[in-house]
Amino acid sequence: MSKNNQNLIRLLIGLADDSVVLSHRLSEWCSNGPYLEEDIALSNIALDYIGRARMFYQYAVELEGEGRTEDDVAYLRNERQYTNLLIHELPINDFAFTMVRQYFLDVYYCQYLLELCESTDERISAIAGKAIKESRYHLKRSEPWIKQLSEGTEESQQRIQNALEELENFVGELFLMEDWEKELVADGIAVDREKLQNNWNQQVQSFLAESELKFPDSQLQIRGGRNGIHTEHLGHMLSEMQYMQRTMPGLQW
Amino acid sequence: MVNFSDPLSPREREQKQIPVLSPEFAKRRAHRNNSKHSEIWNILDRVFDPELPGLTIWDLGILQDVQQIADQWKIVVTPTYSGCPAVDAINQDITSELAKNGYNNVKVAITLSPPWSTEMMSPKGKSHLRSINIAPPDENDLVNCPVCESSHTKVISQFGSTACKALYQCEDCFEAFDYFKHF
Repeated sequence: MSKNNQNLIRLLIGLADDSVVLSHRLSEWCSNGPYLEEDIALSNIALDYIGRARMFYQYAVELEGEGRTEDDVAYLRNERQYTNLLIHELPINDFAFTMVRQYFLDVYYCQYLLELCESTDERISAIAGKAIKESRYHLKRSEPWIKQLSEGTEESQQRIQNALEELENFVGELFLMEDWEKELVADGIAVDREKLQNNWNQQVQSFLAESELKFPDSQLQIRGGRNGIHTEHLGHMLSEMQYMQRTMPGLQW
Repeated sequence: MVNFSDPLSPREREQKQIPVLSPEFAKRRAHRNNSKHSEIWNILDRVFDPELPGLTIWDLGILQDVQQIADQWKIVVTPTYSGCPAVDAINQDITSELAKNGYNNVKVAITLSPPWSTEMMSPKGKSHLRSINIAPPDENDLVNCPVCESSHTKVISQFGSTACKALYQCEDCFEAFDYFKHF
């Protein structure tokens, strides 16, 4: 396999892992939402991310050509083989935390996917074109939630503030590039995420300022996700997510 | 809320308007009319979305193309949302409906580009939605109650019973209903 294809597969698996991990986290709200409609909304967003993960996984295993299926990749790899960016795997915590993370990622994906639509790889560009419509809709929902919670009661304000502080060290990784990914940028396939950081900061800071919130600009950037180095949380999550396939291999619905 | 200054109900007003075809739908319709395989297209008019009773895959806008490759029929569909769980069921329904009519060598292909949008729906599809009490997509998200036609409605949740719908409530008749999101 050419080095270029290897890099491309790495990119696709990374993007798919981001989506499947976040999707699983969101699905943990199913039957635990603050009220029924929120429950349904979070599960629907989880579904969008599952779809996104499947499209990337399917493309990756096709390129691999070794007979692996999308399910093999999702259910039969351990945490060191998962390459998602860390922010996706953090536990759901409280509703404020889930919504702040979602808001951060919605802003990120609206910018990232817009660039990815220009990818010279037609299939990636088609997936991005599909996914960006969904992320724009997600943002329409997460923005008002942040506003409502941060201008709500003392407690909801405090919870939003806590979430901002907990997430500050994990945002930087969204914009850190690996060398192999830079090679794909040179070929016009991938997006230079470093270049997105300023826009992201601007959009988020000015939105938070409307509610007199401040997002601390952390110097400490926790990283490692794309290289399989994770927080303690991912392993626990995978053991739950992969339980069925691990206990009864090959089981189908 | 009844507006006494305007004797027409929103539905009547809509019916009086000259129907405007979206360019996306016009393009699909032209493609279908120019296709040599009208028999197949017509058979596929009997395939419905499993979650939207009575709405055909043509009217929903997900049926994109019918191609004949050697002795195989290739049916091209585009999913509404990337995680839509109805896709597998729709594929099966397409295959079995065609098999009933003697077409056994059928392959359903998924395309992502151009991405599906509610603009691809047919005008008939939109009015069918209203008849099953679902507010049809509106490009400005102006949502009228499908029961009493009031424009006095509020959003309850941006996601309803499926990813393609939002949950609304009418503030006049209090009916809670699905709005098929403009997308």
